[in-house]
Amino acid sequence: MAQSLTDSLHDLTRPRINRAPSPVVAIGLPWLLVALGSLAPFLPLIASAPVVPPFGLLVLIAWQQLRPGLFPVWAGLPLGLFDDLFSGQPLGSAVLLWSATTIALDVIEARFPWRGFVHDWLVAAGFIAANLLLSLQFANHSGGSTPVAVMMPQLIVAVLTYPLVARLVGHFDRLRLLRIKAV
Amino acid sequence: MAPPSSRRPGHSRRAQYGTFFGYVIAAVGLLAGGVLLIASTGSTSAFSGLRNAAADTAAPVAGVAATARGEANGVFATIAGFFTYGSRVARLEREVALARVQLAEAAALKGENQRLKALLTLSEQNPRPVTTARLIGSTSSSSRRFAVLGAGTAQGVMTGMPVRSPLGLVGRVLEVGSHSARVLLITDSESIVPVRRASDGLEAYASGRADGTLQLRLINSAGAVLRHGDAFVTSGQGGLFRPGIAVAVVDVPTRDGAVARPLSDPGATDFVAVEPLWEEALKSADLPPEASAKPAAR
Repeated sequence: MAQSLTDSLHDLTRPRINRAPSPVVAIGLPWLLVALGSLAPFLPLIASAPVVPPFGLLVLIAWQQLRPGLFPVWAGLPLGLFDDLFSGQPLGSAVLLWSATTIALDVIEARFPWRGFVHDWLVAAGFIAANLLLSLQFANHSGGSTPVAVMMPQLIVAVLTYPLVARLVGHFDRLRLLRIKAV
Repeated sequence: MAPPSSRRPGHSRRAQYGTFFGYVIAAVGLLAGGVLLIASTGSTSAFSGLRNAAADTAAPVAGVAATARGEANGVFATIAGFFTYGSRVARLEREVALARVQLAEAAALKGENQRLKALLTLSEQNPRPVTTARLIGSTSSSSRRFAVLGAGTAQGVMTGMPVRSPLGLVGRVLEVGSHSARVLLITDSESIVPVRRASDGLEAYASGRADGTLQLRLINSAGAVLRHGDAFVTSGQGGLFRPGIAVAVVDVPTRDGAVARPLSDPGATDFVAVEPLWEEALKSADLPPEASAKPAAR
């Protein structure tokens, strides 16, 4: 019996007696995606100006807005440390900023349980801008002297990319709960 | 109904403690970030071992991605050539760019040779590169301009070595791991390269502006006028870079210098060469470093 890919995917999402989502995938996939986003410096692109949006941060914010509580509040510590190893920022920059971001997103989630697309986007834009500008300050304190204007294209690109990243995270959220484990 | 808050998990003590300790760890993370940041700001080489180990781990995968970049560049160049005047024009333009750079370097070398010959005989003008490797990554989302090179101590790379492409200077090695190295690109705002004009030896400093261009500052600006298209090469001062490597051409002259375009686009080059330390090369040639700086200062 020939089954198309969408059919078999649909089969996997259907509740069945002897199939359950794999806890490894359900919990591990969000962490993996953020870590992959942090590996953006290894994209096949050697940039001579900061142009690539901070994908790790975008994915982290997207997961937290889509599934509040999926990441623990302390997720910024390990994920930020991983990001710092590759980003070129002084070590500790993302640990500090991402920790602050996860805590602040948790507060916002408690304060505004009902949010719309625009609300989410505005909040994310605020966090992206704050993260980029503060990282610039940190980088400048440790030896650089980059003017703020250089960061503006990256900021605009990052804010415009956010809905796409959120959409992508939504798709991965469906994969996350595929019933692939036999019970 | 509002979604249940993750902060109030109900009456279970265990769940309440779990939430509480989650916030404690988050606060610790915040503090740890601050402490790490202060430590790494104080000394930029702090934690370089950690960074290099991470880069070493990611290097094999990134190497594959870098190969893909090389191929993708070729594909894009062909498509671009088709849409403009055919792929032949694209190839010819590349050759002209290369020839122009080589002409500027040759002119600089000629002058340099004359000056050096007047002083002494230098055994080797073009040192053999330590190794050639791909640039496998760059900090494309940070304001700092670092690239990751796919070669490390195992290939003989050492801190401070100049990195160049056939088109010109790319940067210098900052930190070395066993199979990868971190390169400070010349466009980083911390990078300063002593340069001189290829035509007459006018001295200047080229510092990065972090947006892909360089700021040229003249050392002795009396009566000097920079024009669009002036080529600058390394002067060899400071002992870091050997004289005569092409660096940049003037784009927009300003009052106290010029904004220049670097000649080597690290993103468009397939392989880069790591050259030996210039000071070491001088020492092996039994030449005091002061003697090399002197002719360039004219």
